Amino acid sequence: MASGGVRLAARPLSSGALAIASPLAALTFTVAAGALLFAALGQPPGRALGMFFVEPLRDARGLSELAIKGTPLALIALGLAVAFRGNIWNIGAEGQFILGAIAATAVALRAGPDTGHWVVVPILLAGVAGGMAWAGLVAWLRDQFNANEILVSLMLVYVAELLLGYLVYGPWKDPEGFNFPQTVTFAAGTEIPRLAQGYRAHAGLVAALAAAPLAWLFLSRTYAGFQLAVCGSAAGAARYAGFSSRRALWTALLVSGGLAGLAGAFEVAGPLGQLTPHLPVGYGFAAIIVAFVGRLHPLGVLLSSALMSLFYIGGELAQSRLGLPKALTGVFQGLLLFALLACDALAERVRVAAGRRR
Amino acid sequence: MESLALMIAASVNAGTILALAALGLLINERAGVVNLGAEGMMLVGALAAYATAAHGHGELLSFAAGAGSGALAAALFGALVIGLGANQYATGLALSLFGAGFTAFAGAGYTDKQIPELATPGVPHLAQLPLIGPALFGYHPMVYLAVALAAGLGWFFFRSRAGLVVRAVGESPDSAHALGHPVRRVRFYAVLAGGALCGLAGAYVSLVYAHLWVEGLIAGKGWIALALTTFATWRPARVLLGAYLFGGVTMLQFTLQARGVEIEGHLLNMSPYLATILVLVLISRNRTWVRANMPASLGKPFRPSH
Repeated sequence: MASGGVRLAARPLSSGALAIASPLAALTFTVAAGALLFAALGQPPGRALGMFFVEPLRDARGLSELAIKGTPLALIALGLAVAFRGNIWNIGAEGQFILGAIAATAVALRAGPDTGHWVVVPILLAGVAGGMAWAGLVAWLRDQFNANEILVSLMLVYVAELLLGYLVYGPWKDPEGFNFPQTVTFAAGTEIPRLAQGYRAHAGLVAALAAAPLAWLFLSRTYAGFQLAVCGSAAGAARYAGFSSRRALWTALLVSGGLAGLAGAFEVAGPLGQLTPHLPVGYGFAAIIVAFVGRLHPLGVLLSSALMSLFYIGGELAQSRLGLPKALTGVFQGLLLFALLACDALAERVRVAAGRRR
Repeated sequence: MESLALMIAASVNAGTILALAALGLLINERAGVVNLGAEGMMLVGALAAYATAAHGHGELLSFAAGAGSGALAAALFGALVIGLGANQYATGLALSLFGAGFTAFAGAGYTDKQIPELATPGVPHLAQLPLIGPALFGYHPMVYLAVALAAGLGWFFFRSRAGLVVRAVGESPDSAHALGHPVRRVRFYAVLAGGALCGLAGAYVSLVYAHLWVEGLIAGKGWIALALTTFATWRPARVLLGAYLFGGVTMLQFTLQARGVEIEGHLLNMSPYLATILVLVLISRNRTWVRANMPASLGKPFRPSH
């Protein structure tokens, strides 16, 4: 910024080290704040924190639940990592998740008692298509009319929630469901295969674990991924190189929407087995935090989705055992993101200051 | 005629929420700061006001608590964005997510608590007039405050020296800095003012408009208010008008139901969100027009070079 022109400064720390130190510092802060919060609520902090970070990891059942919640978080956040790398602010993944589940339900409801397990494939594909369509709407409005993708994608979350409500209270309501707003339980053939007998964890975990290296390959080893990243980090350079910002926009939104839709399909045909108004629990918003904490890197995203899954399970345990509101999860999620942003900004300052001293 | 007056009254009531919040965000954005945390600040303000009222502290103090807590949330945002230079979009988003989580947690005990009835709103005597009574004089004081605020901000930004400084900070922080204006301090105060007004808007929802507290009470109104500043090309009078128009869209449900039009409730409730997208598309289509009106440094961090 100085009038003397550009000055190059060597980084005192490699950005890799800072990139890892910052989320760890943020996590430490969040845990410390959590301990204080529990103490203020009159709960022994050690026992309460154990519920968040130890208890879920103790047995196979806990790990299975970790996978159940980690799977949608990882799938959505991997897509968001791609979108955010392209500087496309898709914050409506929650809506794309819902639309994926709705589209998957449309297929699942057509399956009869004799339908084979092959039906899982069209169910998942429908989920991807549903999520892509909802995100594609955002891309189209931005591309054609320059409408801000943050606001449009967020408005579409509310529309998606209302559409879900309309369907389960109206045309899709189970006529023999004692007037509960939910669809019939899907036919047996539609169930996502489970990983092990007696546990709820399902094949979605395999998909998430496979999606991570694919996302990494796309971002760091393909020309399209490179163009996307350049468009996101240096729009001027991208224009000069002739990279299409329109293509980056569409890629970012279709990839993130498709993965969110896939997560919705896994959720509705997996653990839920029917469409209910309780489908959205905020995975789409939590995944934004997961993507940032994971440094927009596929491997980091996998790790941070496991962490965020712990927050969800811990919140449920705190509700059932300590009688605290489940919304505690949201408090910790918000704190973590705040702490991360502060640590990142501080790290940047340290780096700049150290660079000046040289 | 009677029903028209009532419809206007309903639109103005609903629009006042958006007007208060969007006028606050307008102050932010005129100084060059985008705060995506509007939804979170409104939730925090709504809960703080409701909790204050539930403990029997009176209406004035409850509104003050709403505004104060909104400003406090904004101060957190300002410290990160202006103090540390964190990314504005990500930090605002964090504030919205944190506000949703925090109020759901802290407000869980207030959902089944009642707050005392407010005194009958409206201007004495005049509110009883036929037709113009309900349409003009029957409102809560906060409605008139929003109107006065729009007029006051119009004067402030375009007729006063201090307002010129705020606009200069938003248009070209480097020039303002070179002239000796404290860019970061101006931005911080603008952020605080924006937070206080968003908190006040939230308080209006929980105390007056809905007269209750539930998790997620604001239901996207903070985001609609953010869109509204763009529709209004960052002009206070247009913000007010736009807010009433959107208030009218929110009321469409009740108007149509009263006329016996059969549209399913969930689908009808989509209208404010779809209207926001529609208007956003209509406005944004003309790129040059938006760019000509937008504060030039909007969303860009400022670091003084010396």
